[in-house]
Amino acid sequence: MIRRMSAVEAFEPSCHLSRDTERHGVHPDDEYLKRGRIPHIWCSGCGLGVVLNAFIQALKVREIPPDKAPVVSGIGCSGRAAGYLNLDTYHTTHGRGIPFATGLALTRPDLTVTVFSGDGDLFAIGGNHLIHAARRNVDVKVICVNNFNYGMTGGQSAPTTPLESRTSTTPYGNVEYPFNLAGLAGAAGAVYVARWTTFHVRFLVDSISEALAKPGFTFIEVLAPCPTGYNRRNKLGQGLDVMKLYREKSVIQHGIPPQEAELDLQRRIVVGKFVDIDKATFRTEYENLVQRKARKS
Amino acid sequence: MSVNERAVLTGEHFINGDEASAEGALAAGCAFFAGYPITPATEVAERMSNRLPEIGGVYIQMEDEIASMAALLGASWGGVKAMTSTSGPGFSLMMENIGLGMMTETPCVVVNIQRAGPSTGLPTLVGQADVMQCRWGSHGDYGVIALAPGSAQEMFDLTIEAFNLSETYRQPVFIMSDEIVGHMFEKVVIPPADRIRLIPRRKPLVEPSDCIPFQADDGLVPPMACAGEGFRVHVTGLTHDEMGYPHIVHPTQERLVRRLVDKIRLNAKDIIRLESHSLEDAETVVVAYGCVARSARESVERARSKGLKVGMLRLITLWPFPTALIRKMSKTVRTFVVPEINYGQMAYEVERCAGERAQTVLVGMMGGTMHTPDIILEVIEEFSR
Repeated sequence: MIRRMSAVEAFEPSCHLSRDTERHGVHPDDEYLKRGRIPHIWCSGCGLGVVLNAFIQALKVREIPPDKAPVVSGIGCSGRAAGYLNLDTYHTTHGRGIPFATGLALTRPDLTVTVFSGDGDLFAIGGNHLIHAARRNVDVKVICVNNFNYGMTGGQSAPTTPLESRTSTTPYGNVEYPFNLAGLAGAAGAVYVARWTTFHVRFLVDSISEALAKPGFTFIEVLAPCPTGYNRRNKLGQGLDVMKLYREKSVIQHGIPPQEAELDLQRRIVVGKFVDIDKATFRTEYENLVQRKARKS
Repeated sequence: MSVNERAVLTGEHFINGDEASAEGALAAGCAFFAGYPITPATEVAERMSNRLPEIGGVYIQMEDEIASMAALLGASWGGVKAMTSTSGPGFSLMMENIGLGMMTETPCVVVNIQRAGPSTGLPTLVGQADVMQCRWGSHGDYGVIALAPGSAQEMFDLTIEAFNLSETYRQPVFIMSDEIVGHMFEKVVIPPADRIRLIPRRKPLVEPSDCIPFQADDGLVPPMACAGEGFRVHVTGLTHDEMGYPHIVHPTQERLVRRLVDKIRLNAKDIIRLESHSLEDAETVVVAYGCVARSARESVERARSKGLKVGMLRLITLWPFPTALIRKMSKTVRTFVVPEINYGQMAYEVERCAGERAQTVLVGMMGGTMHTPDIILEVIEEFSR
């Protein structure tokens, strides 16, 4: 028989409440951020803070109460966004943010459910979930931050890593073709598809606020610099250098088929709102079915 | 009929175990089902797809069992009772998000109609070889509650019980059934709605600003603040402090994981359910569960009629295991006979508790069929001499 000696009493309670929270409330966006959770873990020059801020601004534009805007994320640097937001936030397993959000959105149509995650999370390990959620047109708003590699684990290759570029696991250059994320989401049935970069902050806020108001599965890809991971190995410089690159190479082309939206950091980055169509959501179709069934019986 | 009346089909029914489990879920207030077709559990999903739209619940067929389990957790945080059903291959895929459910303390029910494995195995035929996977399948430490119904009626009754246990202890609870019980048609009596005891989800009684969402009371289970209720809780699979915030250090891990294990371990007495027959003077005790327990019962009765001092213990809860009871019994019992449709899983638990005081005899079958009473009787006779 194993005798289990308790060691719990030896430890102090571990709540973070002792962290510096005095300055919370000074910034106008603090209502949307959890007390004592900032500073964040992201590297300097990382684009994630820009996207998080754009999301907060979009919530304000749409006047969605914080109690009605849960955020679900997967694993990775982007996945940590959920932990900073003063909303109902769910940091789930790797790639499973979308099916978790599907369960939440279907049972709570009164809430606006956003999935905030990264390219590796949503398109490698979670790729199957993304295409099926788009096909079903569930009411989930996806914000996908694309930094072309796995940042959290130290910069490995991802399904978005461009051919021949360097990562910690493609030291001689990547031999795989990357996904066109916007193209894939559009082909799978997303009713709203846009691509922006962290340079296009105003466009991004407009786009997220449009998506928040749009019924159905929406997808916004945001290109973001990763100074520690992708930039360093591909000699792209600091975060600011990549912002300049975005400014120089980006071309806004609203309405072009997303499959044709080119993404080549050295040549041409096509951004814009590619898809904005109306289609009944899963929930609407389901409710119609329920009503038909009720009429029959 | 009102929605509530439709949820509880009061009366006598001739249905199979899978369907009875679905009816049990509806009677327990389940309003969300996510699943993926798999033999021999498909009838649970089919029944739910038929019945949930009638009562305003949501049925969705997901792209796989990984997604099904994730959707269950999302629905549960949306404030509703949620269930899925599967069999071995799907159960393996669910393990990842079962771990998330344990770590985030998310109530829901997972029904496993066991078939024989490993891998694709015998899709249409019985097995009981997932019971250890159910105990240890997802990585890391956590406490487990698993129930093993032995009839269609119990598929109904224990599914309700599983929902009650999942709400009480705030975690996924397993129905570890098998193909024979799942596909067996029997009479199932569904009582009136007001005769069904349901345990509601415990909510925080404090204002959101005063809520420490993962602070547990004496029962080691914190109340649950769901989405849209104003509490704005952060929920993570990372090791977290009582605020729910990631805290990647040893003391926080120590506190959290000890509580996750202890909330089941220290409440085991309240959770464990057993059925015993003729134990008073028994020198040989058959320990069985699921479909095999029905054969075992017959074997024990035949052995008794031959004058052998044989009794039986049916495990209704597989987990937590009745460690103290088996240990106590081992002081007077000479032999434990454990028939199960695997190569020894619960037999290990019996052996662990019996130690050297009594011998443990496994009557293992590898799956595809169950023990006849003769097979078990033969072993009883051999060890009762």
